[in-house]
Amino acid sequence: MSQLTARNLSLAYENNIIIENLSVDIPDGKITALVGPNGCGKSTLLRGLSRLLKAQSGGAVLDGQDIWKLPTKALAKRLGILPQGPVAPEGLTVHELVAQGRYPHQSWFQQWSREDERITREALEITGVLEFADRPVDTLSGGQRQRAWIAMTLAQDSEYILLDEPTTFLDMAYQIEVLDLLHDLNLERGKIIVMVLHDLNHACRYADHLVAMCGGRIVAQGDPMQVVTEEMVQEVFGMECRIMPDPVTGTPMVVPLGRSAKLARQLDLVNECHVRVLASA
Amino acid sequence: MTAHDPSKPSWITLRAQRPPFSYRIDRRVPLVALAIIAFTLVVLVLSISFGEYDISPLEVVRTILNVNQDHPDYANYALVVHTFRLPRIVLAFLVGAALATSGAIMQGVTRNPLADPFLLGVSAGAGLTAVAVIVWFKTLPVSVLPWAAFGGAIIASILIYVLAWKQGSSTPIRLILIGVALQAGIAAITTVMLLFGDIQAVQQAYVWLTGSVYGRNWEHVQALGGWLLIFMPVALLSARSLNVLGLGDETAKGLGMRVEPQRILLLLISAALAAGAVAVSGTIGFVGLVAPHVTRRLVGPSHEGLLPVSALFGGALVVLSDLIGRWVISPSELPVGIVTAMIGAPYFLFLLVRSRHG
Repeated sequence: MSQLTARNLSLAYENNIIIENLSVDIPDGKITALVGPNGCGKSTLLRGLSRLLKAQSGGAVLDGQDIWKLPTKALAKRLGILPQGPVAPEGLTVHELVAQGRYPHQSWFQQWSREDERITREALEITGVLEFADRPVDTLSGGQRQRAWIAMTLAQDSEYILLDEPTTFLDMAYQIEVLDLLHDLNLERGKIIVMVLHDLNHACRYADHLVAMCGGRIVAQGDPMQVVTEEMVQEVFGMECRIMPDPVTGTPMVVPLGRSAKLARQLDLVNECHVRVLASA
Repeated sequence: MTAHDPSKPSWITLRAQRPPFSYRIDRRVPLVALAIIAFTLVVLVLSISFGEYDISPLEVVRTILNVNQDHPDYANYALVVHTFRLPRIVLAFLVGAALATSGAIMQGVTRNPLADPFLLGVSAGAGLTAVAVIVWFKTLPVSVLPWAAFGGAIIASILIYVLAWKQGSSTPIRLILIGVALQAGIAAITTVMLLFGDIQAVQQAYVWLTGSVYGRNWEHVQALGGWLLIFMPVALLSARSLNVLGLGDETAKGLGMRVEPQRILLLLISAALAAGAVAVSGTIGFVGLVAPHVTRRLVGPSHEGLLPVSALFGGALVVLSDLIGRWVISPSELPVGIVTAMIGAPYFLFLLVRSRHG
């Protein structure tokens, strides 16, 4: 059993407190998505859980040990983090990038063991980037590039993979491709995944566990099927919406009202529809 | 082209069981390295053969290999080759290697292809303390010079580090500006020191500052060679850390690197290499900028290959520059530092212009 938690965690940039006294449990074996509006502290929380940001007070705990008290490499063997929008040096090939995921397993004199070689190759295969392993990262499409970075994190061979907005700046097809890959990593390789997601519908589809944040606090957490309600979305995002089952997966699908809906309402179309939905519920 | 296998690694792995050791280096390295070595040897022979006392290239080779003892001029040849010209050229090579490696490390640490010990004032720092020793502490033995230079280089690097990395910001522009400002400031202090110094000491300091390998002997080669024997292996073993730093601080932290201590260690190695070069030859500029940059195009960005090939390229560049300096206004000669500046400064401008468009 693995247990990653935050206990009374407070995080700040300079003197600007983002998160105060927050506690959260990351469930073992699952995909957890952190959602919320811009500036709600979801990325900050991810950084606090992964040692990129030092806690003002409280802390993040992995299996009973404060992550700041673990040796850095020991933590990196158990928990990998992919920051948002990473950039590879010009000309660096995918293979070389992925090989660097082995860093925490290496030492001054043992810099490229047979195990490093085997696991790197495996990571290339699993993420489907083997076929362009010899190409420079900067010549790839956005989706391929993101898969290469995920392969690097995979080569780190940690049980936890944390990702900060892995789908940002990607076309829709690539977003789904990346999320599918993460889903497979969780299902087939048992990776515990914690990611910050922008898109609530993606979070509902791919996460087993949702943590919704607003103003540095956790507003709701749990199975998306139970947690995602019109009230919750109103509270967290300050947006009116309707929730209906996703026609493909049956998970909650958030449909914002927005102004176009108000225009439609003037035509009494939505109201009618709404009454019908309420009646059927 | 034959059908290629994209999954085949682009590197060669070196492995030993006992003691356990493994290291990977880009596939292109051996060939490129051999080409540079061959080129250097040709220039070396030409450079030894050229001078007031002309020796044919063939006789140069035979003298170095010691197979022409029956030649009537052997005694003269041996003297000129072994005592006057060879040590100077070997030293030129070592100086270039040290500066290029220093530059490659600096570019890696700062993720900035324009960094270089000369431009960022590290060489100037070494120069300042060395001049201070020459001008103020005339009684001290010459062997103190390298250590003084080392101290100056370290102080300059620490200054850059403190000023540029404040609040975690290390943007290329900020770093370059601070380095250039530091370099100018140190140069000004050095000039003041030269203005008020004793005329003889100042002359000695000035010759030394220009950056030259004129009149250097085997003792200098031994001193710098020993220095490199310590720091080059450390640099090569740290290549892996430079690669990881190249992915960004956050990724490096995620991979379990202690980023700040690692960065300080790398800067110290870089400063030590630059200081070693400055201590024996004064401030020779632009080698640390040009060599890693050209090398990156030849063997890619991974530092396991970049560092040693940069070293070879830097060595070759200084040996060639020295020959040009001796040839261009012979029988008089230009200090090698001026030649490298004439090659390097336009290259630097070219990079600046290109990076503005890129």
